[in-house]
Amino acid sequence: MDLSSISPTLLLASLMVAATPILLAALGELVVERSGVLNLGVEGMMITGAICGFAVAVETGSPVLGFAAAAVGGAALSLLFALLTQVALANHVASGLALTLFGLGLSALLGQGYVGIKPPPTDKLDIPLLGDMPFLGPVVFSHDLMVYVGLALVVAVWWMLNHSRAGLVLRAVGENHDAAHALGFKVVRVRIMAIMFGGACAGLGGAYISLIRVPQWTEGMTAGAGWIALALVVFASWKAGRVLLGAYLFGGITVLQLNLQAAGVDIPVEYLSMSPYVITILVLVIMSADRSRAPASLGRTFHASS
Amino acid sequence: MMLKLEKRAQPSLLWTYLTPLVAVICTMIAGGALFAVLGKNPGEAIATIFWQPLFGEFAFYYRPQLLIKGAPLVLIAIGLSLGFRAGIWNIGAEGQYIIGALTGAGVGLAFYPAEAWYIFPLMVMAGALGGWAWAMIPAVLRTRFGTNEILVSLMLVYVAEQLLAKMALGLLRNPEGHGFPGSRNFQQYPSGHNAEIITGSGMHWGVVAALIAVIFSYILLNRHILGYHIRLTGQAPRAAKFAGVNPTQLILFCLGTSGALAGLAGMFEVSGPAGQINIDFNVGYGFTAIIVAFLGRLHPVGILLAGLLMALTYIGGEIAQSNLGLPAAAIQMFQGMLLFFLLAIDVLTNFRIRRTKREAV
Amino acid sequence: MNFVKYLAGATLALGLATSAIAQDKTKVGFIYVGPIGDGGWTYEHDKGRLAVEEAFGDAVETVYQESVPEGADAERAITQMALQGADLIFTTSFGYMEPTVSVAAKFPDVKFEHATGYKAGPNVSTYSARFYEGRAVQGHIAGKMTKSNVVGYIASFPIPEVIRGINAAYIHAKKVNPDVQFKIIWAYTWFDPAKEADAATALIEQGADVILQHTDSTAPQAAAEKAGNVITFGQASDMSEYAPLPRVSSIIDNWGPYYVARTQAVIDGTWESVQTWDGIGPGMVGIGEITDAVPADIKAEALALKDAIAAGDYHPFTGPLKKQDGSDWLGDGEVSDDGALLGMNFYVEGLEGDIPQ
Repeated sequence: MDLSSISPTLLLASLMVAATPILLAALGELVVERSGVLNLGVEGMMITGAICGFAVAVETGSPVLGFAAAAVGGAALSLLFALLTQVALANHVASGLALTLFGLGLSALLGQGYVGIKPPPTDKLDIPLLGDMPFLGPVVFSHDLMVYVGLALVVAVWWMLNHSRAGLVLRAVGENHDAAHALGFKVVRVRIMAIMFGGACAGLGGAYISLIRVPQWTEGMTAGAGWIALALVVFASWKAGRVLLGAYLFGGITVLQLNLQAAGVDIPVEYLSMSPYVITILVLVIMSADRSRAPASLGRTFHASS
Repeated sequence: MMLKLEKRAQPSLLWTYLTPLVAVICTMIAGGALFAVLGKNPGEAIATIFWQPLFGEFAFYYRPQLLIKGAPLVLIAIGLSLGFRAGIWNIGAEGQYIIGALTGAGVGLAFYPAEAWYIFPLMVMAGALGGWAWAMIPAVLRTRFGTNEILVSLMLVYVAEQLLAKMALGLLRNPEGHGFPGSRNFQQYPSGHNAEIITGSGMHWGVVAALIAVIFSYILLNRHILGYHIRLTGQAPRAAKFAGVNPTQLILFCLGTSGALAGLAGMFEVSGPAGQINIDFNVGYGFTAIIVAFLGRLHPVGILLAGLLMALTYIGGEIAQSNLGLPAAAIQMFQGMLLFFLLAIDVLTNFRIRRTKREAV
Repeated sequence: MNFVKYLAGATLALGLATSAIAQDKTKVGFIYVGPIGDGGWTYEHDKGRLAVEEAFGDAVETVYQESVPEGADAERAITQMALQGADLIFTTSFGYMEPTVSVAAKFPDVKFEHATGYKAGPNVSTYSARFYEGRAVQGHIAGKMTKSNVVGYIASFPIPEVIRGINAAYIHAKKVNPDVQFKIIWAYTWFDPAKEADAATALIEQGADVILQHTDSTAPQAAAEKAGNVITFGQASDMSEYAPLPRVSSIIDNWGPYYVARTQAVIDGTWESVQTWDGIGPGMVGIGEITDAVPADIKAEALALKDAIAAGDYHPFTGPLKKQDGSDWLGDGEVSDDGALLGMNFYVEGLEGDIPQ
């Protein structure tokens, strides 16, 4: 065993990279759930974003266009879910699961010609001065642009939810859609927009995996990241700041687990791998006592009966 | 002028029966278009998926396979439907399925190589108990602390998957398996084998259990006070309270039953068709069953038919893959489409479309 | 019981009838555990299928089914191919062992070939590749090339196949570099690009400048490329898109020649049940081109080692070798028998850490 071989600086830096895909997807799902919609199709939207982003980046040579395409792809797929749940009033859980099934199939078909290709590289930002700082430089200031986009999105979502009129409307819709409707808010329209935002974020998260973190395209490459993002939203008790904390914790446990193994520490891998979920359940229990609970209308279909 | 949905006073009987048909036809059209884009003959592909397993040359083999594939789906979906009707959401059946398989197989393997008549019944009980216990975690957390059972049951799926890997590589690993992961095979252990009751018929004990579950659930919902309470709680929670429904008991009953049935499904699968515990033992029956429950409109008979329809698309899809060279992904999309159409068109059962003059929705 | 007999009879009769119809054209089936697009294990098996198509043209028809779960679904998929008149069926994952044996018993006239298992039958052959031979060559290059003396190894599951690879690589790295140290990460997956990338990064951050992998994605290659000054080896497929650096060589699963030979045997009527475990010599294990990033002398040594193994002059597990606990395993000049290799569940002397149980 040689724990000294683990460098905290590098550990934290790779933790930020590992956390980014689930952070992006979870932020999107957070907004969706705050509007009272439970979309279990995150995995399907992520993988669709992964291939849309990959294909466009390869064809155009531009990772930026790739990420844009990933957001559009994810949002387009989520529109299917929106149609089902908001227009056809279908059950959220069943529709979300169907969306994942569909998305996995669609992405595999779209990606048939892209196996074994390298995408154009995404440059790391080399921030002068800041990047040269000891410790903070490599940890905070030497990543690719998307890491910062993720962080900025945390702030934006937090601000939007708590300090803007749009956030107020969104929360009103999520807490009690009948009351929100009576107040004259367009419940369906708000929710469709939230769902599409969620799809776009999931798409970005997927593309981060296929364009930067891995980077390559293979079928099923998100390998369950979408489900982790779902857990993360719950863990965060529907608060943007805690999503960031949770993403680092979830990403951190994986990275730390691998690092401990490499350092020769004899650890029970399976128990460590299940720990984020057990912790999430504990957080849920503590939260239920603390009354900051799930949006009251979460997962319930809305029909304006007037 | 625009279209508007208007709630029907009574669910439409016509559309109740018509929606599955319309959805299947829509799927055939959209799926046919997809297959055509992939360069396959759409007519042939659709016929392969829907016709071959039932009436094709080798239907004598595929028909029993429909039972084998459909049984776990129906068994789990029946349990889930009870809770869903009462607004209790167990979406972690996949985890209960895994734990049921682990406990059932564990008990069986503990007796190996003894042969006795009581081993299989004990495995059945252990499987049901395992699934029940796993479902009791979200149930107790919900009744004791008010914790959301959707999320707890979902989280427990991942915990169960890790346990499965641990068991397949550790405690339950076959000592004569040359170090490969995976348990002993129950197909070679007569006392623990969930064999076909009539060889070649596909009827194993899991199929029998699924049919019994359908009948019991039908009687429970239509003839028993508990079934009435379940339906009342789902439709009008406040009225249910006044009617003397004890919500705590109802939650414990619904989650416990669905967990036990999912555990049974896992146990029957591991001791029969699958044969052994392995790292990839679970193939998503617990999640597919949620879809089956909704496709069947939470009605026992509907679930039975929906389970068989899902099984048909699986088996027909496999035939289409190997006969026509359709990629597995296309079949996956096709199934997704079928679900989309069923879920979307189902709205017409409870709502009618009215044309209205300008009015905001 | 009459019903039983009827069904069994019908199965047999139809099985026979369909193979009779398909007499003019030999039908070869493949059952894949992953999608063809996985770029690794299944991808290489499908290349083998395409090699069969190319070799025989219209004389052979191939069919396949991808992403078949191990267990009940596999049994149905295999049965279905047999029913549809396949003459020869390759089942390409260890988990298909029981289903293959069980279906084979019902279709005595169809030939079955199961990859990486140990249960054979009158109409079931097994085949596998001696990947450890390739690992020995990799270990040699790794031991010579490492400057930090730390070699990172991304392992999948603690099973004999993987442990064998670690031991073979370590023995030959140690032979040329006594100071070499192996850091091993068990990823508990065959394929999870994000996790593999994280594992590679963790190893590199802890000083490894050579990464060996027993998982199937190219993610570790990309991670090494990003880090710089790290070399890697392709796994399952050549991964040549990462040559000349970081990928300096590779182990390639080359199933094509075997598939072609077995299909030919069925056509000629000379097929027999065999248990094949081939390595570099017969070409089942390919060593991908060693790039110029490897100095010429090391490259020459590696190629010499490869040739010696291929010719059968040298066995990668030749004594004197001790187990990790210091007990004797192989005496001087003694060569391990295949049984010990197939069930290998221990590290050789010098490796640190425990195999997870």
